[in-house]
Amino acid sequence: MNESDQKPIIILEDVCKFFGDFQALRNINFQVKKGERVVVCGPSGSGKSTMIRCINRLEEHDSGRIFVDGRELTNAVKDIDAVRREIGMVFQSFNLFPHLTVINNLMLALKLVRKAKKSEAREIAMRFLERVHIPEQADKWPSQLSGGQQQRVAIARALCMNPEVMLFDEPTSALDPEMISEVLDVMTDLANEGMTMIVITHEMGFARSIADSIVFMDYGEIVESNPPEEFFQNPRFDRTKLFLEQIL
Amino acid sequence: MTFDIYLIFNSIPKMLAGIGVTLQLLFLSSFLGLVLGIIILLMRISGRWYLSFPTFVYIYFFRGTPILVQIFVIYHGLPQFEAIRDSVFWPILREPFGCAILALTLNSGAYVSEILRGGYLGVDKGLHEAGKALGLSTPHRFIYVTTPIAVRLAIPAYSNDFISMLKATSLASTITLLDMTGAARTIVAKTFAPYEIFIAAAIIYLVMTWFIQRGFGLFERRMSRYIKQWGVI
Repeated sequence: MNESDQKPIIILEDVCKFFGDFQALRNINFQVKKGERVVVCGPSGSGKSTMIRCINRLEEHDSGRIFVDGRELTNAVKDIDAVRREIGMVFQSFNLFPHLTVINNLMLALKLVRKAKKSEAREIAMRFLERVHIPEQADKWPSQLSGGQQQRVAIARALCMNPEVMLFDEPTSALDPEMISEVLDVMTDLANEGMTMIVITHEMGFARSIADSIVFMDYGEIVESNPPEEFFQNPRFDRTKLFLEQIL
Repeated sequence: MTFDIYLIFNSIPKMLAGIGVTLQLLFLSSFLGLVLGIIILLMRISGRWYLSFPTFVYIYFFRGTPILVQIFVIYHGLPQFEAIRDSVFWPILREPFGCAILALTLNSGAYVSEILRGGYLGVDKGLHEAGKALGLSTPHRFIYVTTPIAVRLAIPAYSNDFISMLKATSLASTITLLDMTGAARTIVAKTFAPYEIFIAAAIIYLVMTWFIQRGFGLFERRMSRYIKQWGVI
């Protein structure tokens, strides 16, 4: 890797977030370099989701600073839209637009945000549907697809905006077991192509095979952050050990 | 007392003389009420108190008083103010038709804004987030994501309101308008057969309601074609 690749694309400095009296994030310091694949894990309610939602400002942090590709997240609407264009996000519940066909789900933001012409948008959309192996579903409604197919459409929808970073918020947690691998396969392909990814998941086999580092969170804090071998073989904290015992 | 079934059928064509006024009242005030309802909704969900507070007062007032009272206040009350008589609205407010439209529109706007608000609140929060994450601006999310779904959710309640409006138009007959009910009352005055004549009027309203129901049913089906249980086109 050359020098510029080493520069972090995402920086969180002392980020805190409250929901009422509840502190969801406690002084989070976290960096992701370009091309890095980070898996975030931890018990439910530990702040993983809140943390990545702060990165594209679906949640607003209360203190600390967040930078995405050199741009600080503030209240300026223009900056937020610009940052969101750089970041793709995949949700646990897919969140496909139910009133649009699969291809139109992909084309909507291409037309409105990227200002692509209809034919151009369609071409890009088809290319990404092929990448997630479901071009034949292009003209169906989301409700006609299986969960795994819907999630792959959601991934394609995020990818066709050509993001610098992809955020995955428990992408396989809502899926039937037999559909998990088809989604993980797509994500593995993506990782192998060098996409910068932050993935919240409980799929530890997947984490082990693709992650450059694994971040463990508990009670709104980052407890530890290590490469996979280190993380699984020599967890440093009791909280991490306990968590690993429970899920492995 | 005798019951004359032929009188019912014979009076229906005469009563249809009033159907034009009824339909004008219905469609014009529903359309204006829809436009008003959308404006009120946007003000209400704007998150700015100086926009949302007036809508709260407006909705409270028009939902909380009978339409008949509103019609009377507008028809008998407004002309007492010189400012109204001198204003550009006077040519409209001078006529009973204009007063009826105004009252029905204001009433419909209050209800429609609440119906649409119900639709908007029913749209899954995750879809807003998906739109945001894709970089869609607030107006784009509102137009392309929220509205089509909210409209579908609002159709059953809206069709209910539309049918209520059809019946509310009959109140216009109290301020001299010859809508269908007005026409019926004129015929009653001539025939002294209120029973048969009002049954005839009821039949016409029922037929109109049937067409409205059917129309909204088809519209709902069309708007719901993406939902599994409605079948696939």
